[in-house]
Order: sequence, then structure tokens, then C-alpha cells
Amino acid sequence: MSDKRSVLRLDDITMQFGGVVAVNNLSLEVNENEIVSLIGPNGAGKTTAFNVITGVYAPTNGAVTYYGETLVSNFPQSKMKKMYAGENLGKYTEAIRRTPDKITKMGIARTFQNIRLFKELTVFENVLIAKHMNTRAGILSAACRLNYKEEKSMREESMELLDIFGLSGFKDEIASSLPYGQQRRLEIARALATQPKLLLLDEPAAGMNPQETNELTEFICQIKDDYNLTVFMIEHHMNLVMEISDRIYVLDFGKLIATGTPSEVQSNQRVIDAYLGVTEDGE
Amino acid sequence: MDISVFLQHCLTGISLGGAYALIAIGYTMVYGILRLINFAHGDIFMMAGYFMIFAIASFPWYIAIPIVLIATIILGVLIERVAYKPLRNAPRMSIMISAIGVSYLLQNLATYLFTALPRGYPTIPLLKKIFEIGPLSASLVTLITPVITLVLVYVLILLINHSKAGMAMRAVSKDFETAQLMGIRINQIISITFAVGSLLAAVGSILYFTDRMTVFPFSGALPGLKCFVAAVLGGIGSIPGAMLGGFVLGLGETALVAMGYSTFSDAFTFVLLILMLLIKPTGLFGEKVTDKV
Amino acid sequence: MMKMNKRTKLILTIALAVAVMLLLAYLDANRAQYSYGIAILQRSAIYAIVAVAMNMLTGFTGLFSLGQAGFMAIGAYTVAILTIPVEDRPSVYYINGIADALANASLPLWAALILGGLLAAFVGGLIGIPVLRLKSDYLAIATLGFSEIIRAVIAAPQLDRITNGSYGLKSIPNFGSIYDVFIIAFLCILVMILIINSSYGRAFKAIREDEVAAEAMGINLFKHKGMVFIISCFFTGVSGGLLAVFMRSIDSKTFQVMLTYDILLIVVLGGLGSITGSIIGSFLITAAREWLRFFDNPLIIAGFQIPLFRSGFRMVIFSLVLMAIVLYYRKGIMGSKEFSWDGLYRFIHRLLSRVRRKTPGKEANHHE
Repeated sequence: MSDKRSVLRLDDITMQFGGVVAVNNLSLEVNENEIVSLIGPNGAGKTTAFNVITGVYAPTNGAVTYYGETLVSNFPQSKMKKMYAGENLGKYTEAIRRTPDKITKMGIARTFQNIRLFKELTVFENVLIAKHMNTRAGILSAACRLNYKEEKSMREESMELLDIFGLSGFKDEIASSLPYGQQRRLEIARALATQPKLLLLDEPAAGMNPQETNELTEFICQIKDDYNLTVFMIEHHMNLVMEISDRIYVLDFGKLIATGTPSEVQSNQRVIDAYLGVTEDGE
Repeated sequence: MDISVFLQHCLTGISLGGAYALIAIGYTMVYGILRLINFAHGDIFMMAGYFMIFAIASFPWYIAIPIVLIATIILGVLIERVAYKPLRNAPRMSIMISAIGVSYLLQNLATYLFTALPRGYPTIPLLKKIFEIGPLSASLVTLITPVITLVLVYVLILLINHSKAGMAMRAVSKDFETAQLMGIRINQIISITFAVGSLLAAVGSILYFTDRMTVFPFSGALPGLKCFVAAVLGGIGSIPGAMLGGFVLGLGETALVAMGYSTFSDAFTFVLLILMLLIKPTGLFGEKVTDKV
Repeated sequence: MMKMNKRTKLILTIALAVAVMLLLAYLDANRAQYSYGIAILQRSAIYAIVAVAMNMLTGFTGLFSLGQAGFMAIGAYTVAILTIPVEDRPSVYYINGIADALANASLPLWAALILGGLLAAFVGGLIGIPVLRLKSDYLAIATLGFSEIIRAVIAAPQLDRITNGSYGLKSIPNFGSIYDVFIIAFLCILVMILIINSSYGRAFKAIREDEVAAEAMGINLFKHKGMVFIISCFFTGVSGGLLAVFMRSIDSKTFQVMLTYDILLIVVLGGLGSITGSIIGSFLITAAREWLRFFDNPLIIAGFQIPLFRSGFRMVIFSLVLMAIVLYYRKGIMGSKEFSWDGLYRFIHRLLSRVRRKTPGKEANHHE
């Protein structure tokens, strides 16, 4: 595994909201062409970790590295200095922030836990919008259609994606009118349209029945190979997770409690306790 | 500048600020609960001015004032019921447009009913009584405005922190949907919020117009905007913040007028808004709100 | 069955364009007779520009700005100051005189309009940059406040030698021909339509739909919001310049908040997110304002004066219309759809079938 290039690395990431520590000293690594899963009970801080990676939140402390480049880095400042309840204070002295759009441009795309499509726009437009970030034309030349070649290739690429995702039949439907499963697919298609190297999937199988989940499992593997992707995913469907993950990280109350291959994690006592609950005698 | 002149200006500024503070609280409370900039609030304040003119025509001032307060509360609650309640699940843009619609309606209605010409605001002899303190002279209204403001804010904060309705109000402003699920009667709480806001606006209007002496259909528009800025300045959602913002604006404006830049005293407010947004967007007392993704 | 083929549509479009041109030519030839009608159409066209500009911001990007009157004022004063004939200036600025730098500065109308638009865009940028970085909630209040300030500044005694203070500006030369307004309005709206239909327009819509998702798609929120705001300000400034030429004399009272509210009414009536809606709305509202003037005059029928009818009643009705649309008919005339021949065809079809159903004629019976 060590021969693989590291794509994403989180170092000592702590995210504190007021007095609540949502993610506590999280360090993890995702390597090229891996499928890595982040699991844990509800409220463990998984989505918060995603939001830190994608620039929605600035972490309170810690750094995120992407292909060897520091993506985000922060340390407790002003009011947070006194309130800070995490570890590794003073280890990071650099504050680097990137807005989500910059991070997407660097090749990290994501989907959302509670589907966030452009609801009133058509399926085709949803994908096409993701192509916008690559336009080289300024607004005036775009308005005058001087970029018709670029526009044409944007449309063709979007159409291609819809074909691959089996959504071309719904091309002109309003996104919110699609059935739930298709909406999830569309969200992945839209994320892929930004041509990412790293794809973050936040509960892609949420609300799907077993058969749909199986289809999705295959589908994720397929796009990973076709697009040469690295996948980092949050998921609750254990069948899916165990089947396709190369490695798994387990989060509980914001802290990393276990890591390893699916079989290692499955037999880890702390993971079982975290999922099933444990009564401690002392309390 | 002479020290007594300076003090005189301070007094005027604090008094103006007190009236602003009372109106600003209405904005901050409504925004805290509905995330709505209630564009009509300034016009409710203007209507309260007209109510006074009519009430005083048939009643002595001590009856007229309660009538004005009650009428303004009714107006405020009525507006909420008719114009905002049906849009509770609509996009926020629609409620904003509705608020503008109400503002537009009230201004046009006032123009239609009372003509666009300024009307004299009744003088309540007691409020106009002049007091001389050393070299300073001030009418009673100037002196009591800050006192009334402080007392009302204190009572309001007590109510919000200790009464059942106050607790519900805080819950609703934290999380609208959860509060509803917890059995809080949301419509009732919103009505109470509008009632309190309108009541304070009515008190503010009595204090403000007694000083300014005339009311016209647009006399609520600019003070309304300024008071929203005061609320933003103090940190939207925070009542002490709104009060502080009101005083800052009142003093700042009076200072500019005193220095001879009266044309720009209005501009001052908005420059302050933009500066505040650049430096500390959450306002002086505002908490940072993180949107859930 | 519900669709027409492309050729029919093309023919219809050309026919419409020819009809509009013929109408304008006819009005131009009989200028004296129809001056009132021409004036209404011109004002509508000017309002259409600012309404589409506002819609681009509010309906397409989801940003709420209420500074239209202020930005129009900037455009209007720029155009007025630079186009009033030099020889007329002493009489316009007869009280305080004109600033030396402006005494001989003069531009042709088209250049003055562009400059007015650019100035409005520049000022818009100054306000927009700090506000748009944060929650756009405050944009409405910041722009509304700004629009009041710009009026105060225009009327300020310190600027007497530039804006002529509260005396206003007059003797602004009229348009060369009646076509001017319509050509400029057509061009402005065409540019805005092209922008909205471009890749950038799609990005604007994405921001309206979901800011978080838009950002995750690589759209720089601040850059795009700033862009659309500045473009909108530019066209608002241009339309203000046209309004100055149309009115021939302006003062700071021309640009009160009420003007902004009128534009908002047009946009909401036409439908947020519909350009054709805004255009239809501006013609409808402008014409209605004139037709409904009788509301403002005492109405006497058979020697009996009908109550309610007096000065100001018309505007009360307008505000009630705005409220009614927001509360009961939120989509306005067009919703977020654009005019299309297919749409019109379907509409007429529906209308006819409804009429048929209501009047129990032979055909209706036949259907049942």
C-alpha cells in the first residue's frame, strides 16, 4: 500500500462549534485508486469531516493535504483560543483557507447526504452547470457566443455522462421530478462532470432498497475504474461498505476508534461496542 | 466647542438613539424568528404617528396614548396574519416581497387617506415641558426617552429570559421546526413577537414625533431603514445589541449634524453598515450562525 | 398536435416583428395625433430594460436588490449633465452656475448612456463587494438605503454646481427619432437574454437554486454574484439615462423609492425568472397607470359623487395588486417560463376549449 500515492491526508483535524467538538483530532489518509469508507454511528462527525475537506467549514485545528499540497490548515484563533478543547494546540501555525469552488477546481467533487440538486432546473442543466467552471470565455464573449466550440463540447460531454448514467431519457425533466434513486445517480453524475480525481460520496445508498444498493455498488466500482478515480465515502449500508472498501475508518463521537481492512474492522471490539452500545459497569 | 454645547448635542443624540433603539428591537426580534427583514416596520411606526394625531383629536393625552399603543399592536399583528402567515412555507424571497408590498401599501394608503402633506404632530404639554439643568435646557421628552428605552429593554429581556412565552420565543428563533415539534404554538409566538415589536415602535413613534413635530406618509421609511441597520450593527437577533446600535446611530447622526454635515447624516448610517459588514459581519453582540450542510 | 413546426414559428416571429415595425412607422408618421400613446410605449420600453435587469438579479440569481431608483438616478444625471446643450447650460444652472470642468463637457447620447451605465455599475460594485461577500440578505437593505442616500447627495448644496441641487435639470434634448428608445431597449434586453442563456446564466440559476451545491460545482459565488449585480446596475443606469431623456427634466424626487417599488411590481407581475414576463409586465403596468388615472379623479355619476375616487386611490390599487399577486398568484403572468409560440398556442387552445365547455353549443354536445 505504501507504494501508492497519497491523494488526501487529514492531520489532527479538530472541528469545534462553540463548546461542541464535532470532530476530534482526526487523522486519515486516502491513496490513489482506493475506495475508502468512513463509517460510524449518527452524529459521529462524518459529514463534518467531509465539510472540512471540501472547504464548507474551516477546521478549528489541523491540516488537510491533497496530492502533497496543503489544501486547508488552521489553528485556534481569537475567541477559540480560550475555548479550544481539542489536542495538538500549537502544532499548526498556518491559516490556509480555500473556498469550496477552489477545492472543486483542484479535483475534489462531492455529493450531499440530503440530495442537493438544482431542483427547478432540468437534468441536463444540472450536469451542464458543473461544466461551467472550466469555461475559459469571459461573460461577454460567452454572451456573444464566441465560445460556441467550448459550449458545444460542454454539451456533448454532459450528454455523454447522462448516457453512461442511464439518465439521457430524462434529459429535459425537472430534476426534482425524478424518482429518488435517479436523483442520487444524477448527483453523482453532476459531481463527475467536474472531472474530479477524488470523489467524496456522502451516504450514496441512503434510502435505497437492497437491489438498488447492489446496483450502486457495482456502479461505484465501474466509474472508479472508468474514470480512474479515488473514492472516499460515508455509508451506513454495511454490505456495500464491506464489499467495496479497500480500507475503512470508524468514527465515534468525533474520534477515530478503528481503522483497517473490512475484515479487521468487522472483528474490532470497539467498533462493535460503538455500533451496538455498551453498558459500562462503572456508571 | 463649548462643553455645554457638546453636552447639549449628546443629550439630543442619546434621545434620538433611544427612539431608534425601540424601533430596532422590532426588526431584530422579527428577523431572529422569521429571518425576515420586515420592511413594513418603519411604516407601522409612521402609522402610529397618524394614530396619535387622530386619537388626540377626541381624547385627552393619557387616554390617547394607550389607544395609539393598542391600535399599533393590532396593525402589526394584522399585517403578520394577512401578509406573512400565508407565506410561511414559501421561498424567503416571497415573504420579503410581501413585506415590501405592505410597506408600499401603507405608504400609498397614508398618502391617499391623509394626503402627502406633513401634518402637525400633537404636542403633549407634559412632554414638552422644558427643564433647565445648569447651562443645558431640554424638554422632558429628550430626558425621558433614554430612560424609557432602558426600562423597556430591561423588562423585555426579563420577559424573554424568564417567562414561558419568552422561552418559546428563544426556542423558535433557534430552530423553527424543532420548536414546532416540541408543541410550541408557533403562530401564537410569532404574533406575540409582532405585538411586542409594534408596541415598542408605537412608544418610539411618540417619543420621536414629539421631537420632530410633523408626520407625513414617508416619515417612516428612512428611520425604518436606519433602525434595521442599527439592529445589524448590534448583531441581528440580539436585543441589547439593537439598543446599542440605536444609540450609536443616534449619537453619530447628531454629531454629523452638529458639525454641519447634515446632508450626509443619513449616508452615515449606511457607510457604518458597510464598514460593519466588512469588519465584523456578525455585529457587536451577534452569534455566528453556521448553516447546516 | 400541440406543437407547431419550425417554419410556422419562424413565419409567425417575422410577422410579429414586421407588425411591430409597421406600428412604429405608423405612429411615427402620425406623431402629432398619437403623442400620448407613443409616450406610453416609450416609457414602457425604458421600464422594460430596468425590469429585465432587476429580474436577472432577483429572478435568475436569487439576489434581492432594491436600489434601482438610485442606480437609475446615477445614469439619469450623467446623461442629463453631459447632453444638455452647452449654450443652454447657463439658463439651467442659473442660480449657482456650473462647475468649470463640466461647463463644456458634452457627449453624444449613446456615449453618455454608456458612461451613465458604467458609473452606475462602478458605484454598484462599491456597495456590492462588501455586502455580497456575506449573506445576501443585507443586499436589499444596503441598496435601498443607498438609493435614498444618492437622492440626498444629488440634492446636497455641496453639489449644486454639478447636479444643480434641488432645482433639478431641465432642457435635456429629446431623442432624435421615436425609434431610438425601442432600438436601445431591444439591444439592452437582447444582451441580457444572451447572458442569461450562456454558461454564466446557468451558473446564476444554480446559485439561485442552491448556493452550497453551486459552490461545490466549482462556481465562485462571490465572483458570479458580483458579476450579475454589476451587469444589472449597468443596465439600470442605462435605463435611467433614457428616462432622463424621455422626461426632458429631472430632479432628485424623480428617483424616490416608489420608483423601485413600481419596477418590483412589474417584475413580480410578469413572473420572477421570466424575461418576457418582465417585458409584458412593463407594458401592462405602464399602460394601466395611465388608463387608471380616472381613479385619481373624483368620479361623478348622475350627479352623485362616488366615494373613494380621489387623488392617490390609483396607487392604493397598485399596492393591493402587488400584495394579491404575492399572496395568491405568486408565479405572476409567466411564472418562470418564457413566451413561446407553442405556449401561446396551447393557451389559446385551452381558452377555447373552456369557452366551448361553458357555452353548451352544438360542438360541446357533440364532444360529450
